[in-house]
Amino acid sequence: MSAANTVVKQPLVRMVKRVGVSGRTKVMVRVIAILLALVADAVFIFGVTGLNPVAVYGVMFQGTFMTPIRFSWAMRDLVTLLAIGIALAPAFQMRFWNIGAEGQVLVGALVTAIIMVFVGASIPTPLLFVLMAVCSIAAGAVWGFIPAFFKAKWGTNETLFTLMMNYVAIQIMAAVTNILRGKASSLGKLNMSSQVGWFPQLFGQRYNWNIIIVFVLMVLMFIYLRYTKHGYEIRVVGESENTARYAGINVKLVTIRTMVLSGAICGLTGLLLVCGRDQTIATTTAGGNGFTAIIVAWLAKFNTFYMFLISFLLIFLQKGAAEIASAYNLNDYASDIITGIILFFILGSEFFIQFRLVFRGAGAKEVK
Amino acid sequence: MENAIECRHITKVFGKIVANKDVSMDIRHGEILSLLGENGSGKTTLMNMISGIYFPDSGEILVNGKPVEIRDPGDAYKLGIAMVHQHFKLIDVFTALENIALGLNDGKKFDLKKIREGAQKICDRYDFDLDLNQKVYEMSVSQKQTLEIVKALYRGADVLILDEPTAVLTPQESDKLFDVIRNMREDGKSVVIITHKLSEVMEISDRVTILRQGEYVGTVVTKEASEAILTEMMFGQKIDLEIDRSEPKDLVRRLEIRHLIVHNKEGRRVVNDVSFDAFGGEILGIAGISGNGQKELLEAVAGLQHCKAGSNITFYSGEKADWPIQLVGKSAREIRQAGIHLAFVPEDRLGMGLVGSMDMVQNMMLKSYTKGAPVIADRKAPKALAEVVKDRLHVKTPSINTPVSQLSGGNVQKVLVGREIASSPTVLMTAYAVRGLDVNTSYTIYNLLNEQKEKGVAVIYVGEDLDTMLALCDRILVLCGGRVNGIVDARSVTKEEIGLRMTKMQDEGGNK
Repeated sequence: MSAANTVVKQPLVRMVKRVGVSGRTKVMVRVIAILLALVADAVFIFGVTGLNPVAVYGVMFQGTFMTPIRFSWAMRDLVTLLAIGIALAPAFQMRFWNIGAEGQVLVGALVTAIIMVFVGASIPTPLLFVLMAVCSIAAGAVWGFIPAFFKAKWGTNETLFTLMMNYVAIQIMAAVTNILRGKASSLGKLNMSSQVGWFPQLFGQRYNWNIIIVFVLMVLMFIYLRYTKHGYEIRVVGESENTARYAGINVKLVTIRTMVLSGAICGLTGLLLVCGRDQTIATTTAGGNGFTAIIVAWLAKFNTFYMFLISFLLIFLQKGAAEIASAYNLNDYASDIITGIILFFILGSEFFIQFRLVFRGAGAKEVK
Repeated sequence: MENAIECRHITKVFGKIVANKDVSMDIRHGEILSLLGENGSGKTTLMNMISGIYFPDSGEILVNGKPVEIRDPGDAYKLGIAMVHQHFKLIDVFTALENIALGLNDGKKFDLKKIREGAQKICDRYDFDLDLNQKVYEMSVSQKQTLEIVKALYRGADVLILDEPTAVLTPQESDKLFDVIRNMREDGKSVVIITHKLSEVMEISDRVTILRQGEYVGTVVTKEASEAILTEMMFGQKIDLEIDRSEPKDLVRRLEIRHLIVHNKEGRRVVNDVSFDAFGGEILGIAGISGNGQKELLEAVAGLQHCKAGSNITFYSGEKADWPIQLVGKSAREIRQAGIHLAFVPEDRLGMGLVGSMDMVQNMMLKSYTKGAPVIADRKAPKALAEVVKDRLHVKTPSINTPVSQLSGGNVQKVLVGREIASSPTVLMTAYAVRGLDVNTSYTIYNLLNEQKEKGVAVIYVGEDLDTMLALCDRILVLCGGRVNGIVDARSVTKEEIGLRMTKMQDEGGNK
C-alpha cells in the first residue's frame, strides 16, 4: 500500500544475542568494564575534586591492603556478608524471595546474647557454645519458617512477609537491648569482665573463628546445592512448580525445609557476630548486610565461591571509599559516587556478556 | 506481474546456527502461498524478518519492487505486512475491539466507535465470525485467531502471514479458516501460510515454497505437485508417510476409570463423569477440542489433580494385570512408590515435563533422583540414560550437558518421550505428543508409540490432528465439554463424525 513510506536506513544499533560465550570472553568483558569504570571515575575525580586520580586509587587500594590488620578487618567484614549470602543462596535458587535475612540474623544474635548473659556463668563453656548454637540456629530457622509456612499453606507473598519480619526482629532487639542496658548509657560489651561466651583468640583475633566457619559453610553449601538430592529438588521447584509436582516433589515441604535452612544459617551468622565480632548486640548488628547479601547472591548466581569474589569486591570498595573520604577530607558522597560508578559498570557488563551491539554498516562482516 | 514481496539473498545467523542462508523467494499479489519445511528449516525466521521481528544479517527485502528496510513490526504494518504468530499476542482482559484498537497510532483522534465500524466492516466483508465485545479470555482458540487476523486486516495488511494456523483448530474450524483465506485472496490480498502439513498445502495454496535447513529448495505450483514430490523436496529424500498399525493382540485391562470428576482452579467441572477402560496392547486416542478436559483427565490419572468424591481410577498392576490399585487420592510420588509404572508426556514440555535450564542428564534425573545412595544424587545412571536416549532417538544437541531449552522443539520432545519410555511403563499417556514437530520427528514418535503398543503397553494418545489419529489409534474416545461423547473404532470411523462428536453431545453415550 504505502510504498512512499519506504524506509532506507538500517537501524543505527541493534542487539544481537551472544551464543556459547566462552569463559575468556566473559573475563575480558568484565576486565574492560572495570578499566572503563576507572577511567570514568578518573574523569569524575579530576573534574570535581581536582585531585590526581592515580593517587586516589592508590589510597583506595590502601583501604584494604595497607597493613595486615586492615586486610584482616576486611576479611572479617567480608565473611559477615558472605555468610548471609550463603544463607540466601538456597532460598533464591528456589526463587523464594527471602528479603528477611536482616531479621533472621538479628534474632540469632539476640538469642545468643540472652543465653550468654543469663546462662553463661552457670554452665560449662563447651555446653554454653552448643546451647547458643542450637538456640540461635533455631531462632533464625523459626524466622525463616513462618513466611515459608504461610506461603506454602495460603500462598502469601514471601517478599512482603520476610521484609516485615525484619521490623519485628528490629523492634524486639530494641526492646531487649533497652532492658539489658538498664540505666547505663550504653550496652557495652556483654560479660565484659568474665568474657564468658566470647570466642577465644585464634591467631590473635576472635573473629578468625568466623572466617574459618564461614569458609567451611561456603564449601558445604556449594556441595549441598550442586550435588545433593535436596539441592536438585530446590532447583526444580525454582524453575517450575508444575514440573516439581510432576516429578513427585512435595513443593510445600521443600519450600519450608529450604527456608528453615536459609533462616538457620542466618541465625548462626547472628551468633558469629556476637561471639566472634561484636561481643554485644544492637539493632544495627546485621548492619544492612542482610540486604547487601541479596546483591551478592544474585550476582554470583548462587555459586558460593563466586559469592566470595563479589563480597570481596564490595568490601574492597567500601573500605576504599572510607579511606578516600578520610585521607582527602572528602565527604562520604564523593567516595560513594566513585564506588557507585564502579558497581554500575560491573553490573552493566552483564548485559554485554549476554548481547553484543552491531552498528550500522557493520552487518555483513559480523557474520562468522 | 509485480511481486508483493521479494526476498533477495537473505541470511540470518543466531550465534553459530544459520537460520536462513541466502534465501531468495517472492510472494505475489493475490495468491495463497504455503511456506513448507521441517521444524527448524527457517520458515518462521524468514517470515519474522519480513514482519520486522528480526533484521536480516545480509540480503534485501523488496516490497512492490522497491527495496525497504523493515526495522520493527511498525515498519511492516506501514508496508502492509502483518503476521499472526503461533502464540497469540492479545491482552486477555480486553475485548476484541480493545485489542484491535491497541497500539493503533495513526495520528488521528482515538475514536473507538470508528474503529468498531471499521472492524465490523472487515468482519462482514470476509465473513469472519467475531463478537467485538467479547473479552479475549472468554474466547476459544479459533476465535482468538480470528481476532488476530481481523486486527491485522484493520491495520491495512495486504500481505498476511499465518504461522501454523490450523495447529489448534478442529477440522470444521480449519475449513472455515480456509474459506476466509480464499475470500481474502479474491480481494487481492496475499496470504502466506507457514506449515508442515502436506494435506493443507495441497488443499489451500496456489504455490508452495520449500525451505530445508535454512536454505531455499524451490517453489512449485500446487496443481502440478503431489505430496510425494513435496516430501522429497522437504527432506531431500523419499520418505514413507505410512503409519504401520498392527492389529491389537493380547489385550489386558490396565486402567479402569469410572465416574471421574475433576474441577479446575476456578471450581468449574472440567472432567465430568468420565468412564472408560484402557488396555495394554492398544493405542487409545482421545480427541476433542483443546481445553475440553484432556489435560485434566491425564493429570488426574498421573496424580496431579484432585478428583472429586465418587471418582474411581483403578490401575491393574502385575504381569497378568491381576493386582488392582486405586489411584484416586494418591500423589505422583505415592503412585511411583507403589511400584506403578505410569509414564506421562505432558502437553507443557518445558513447563511440566522438563526443566528448561537443566541439561539432559539432570532432566533424566527428574523421575529417578530419589533412587540410589542417600543425600547425594546419583548422576551416573541418568548420564548413561541420557546417552542412550540421545543415540536411540537421534537427539540433536551439542552435548548432553546443554540446557534443553536451547534445543529445538522436536529434540526437546525426544528427550521427554525418551525418558518416559525408558521407565518401561505399563501405561503410557501422551498429550499432544507431536504438536509443533516436523514430519520426520512426528513419525519417529508414532513409531515409538507403536513399539510400546506391541510390547503390551497401554498407550493413551491425546491428539489434535485427526488424520493421524485415524491412522495411529485403535479406538478413539471423543471428549466434548468434559464428557465422553462416544468411543469409536478408529478403523471404521470418519473424520467428520469425530469432528461432529467433538462439538455436539450425542445421546447414545459411551458405548464401546
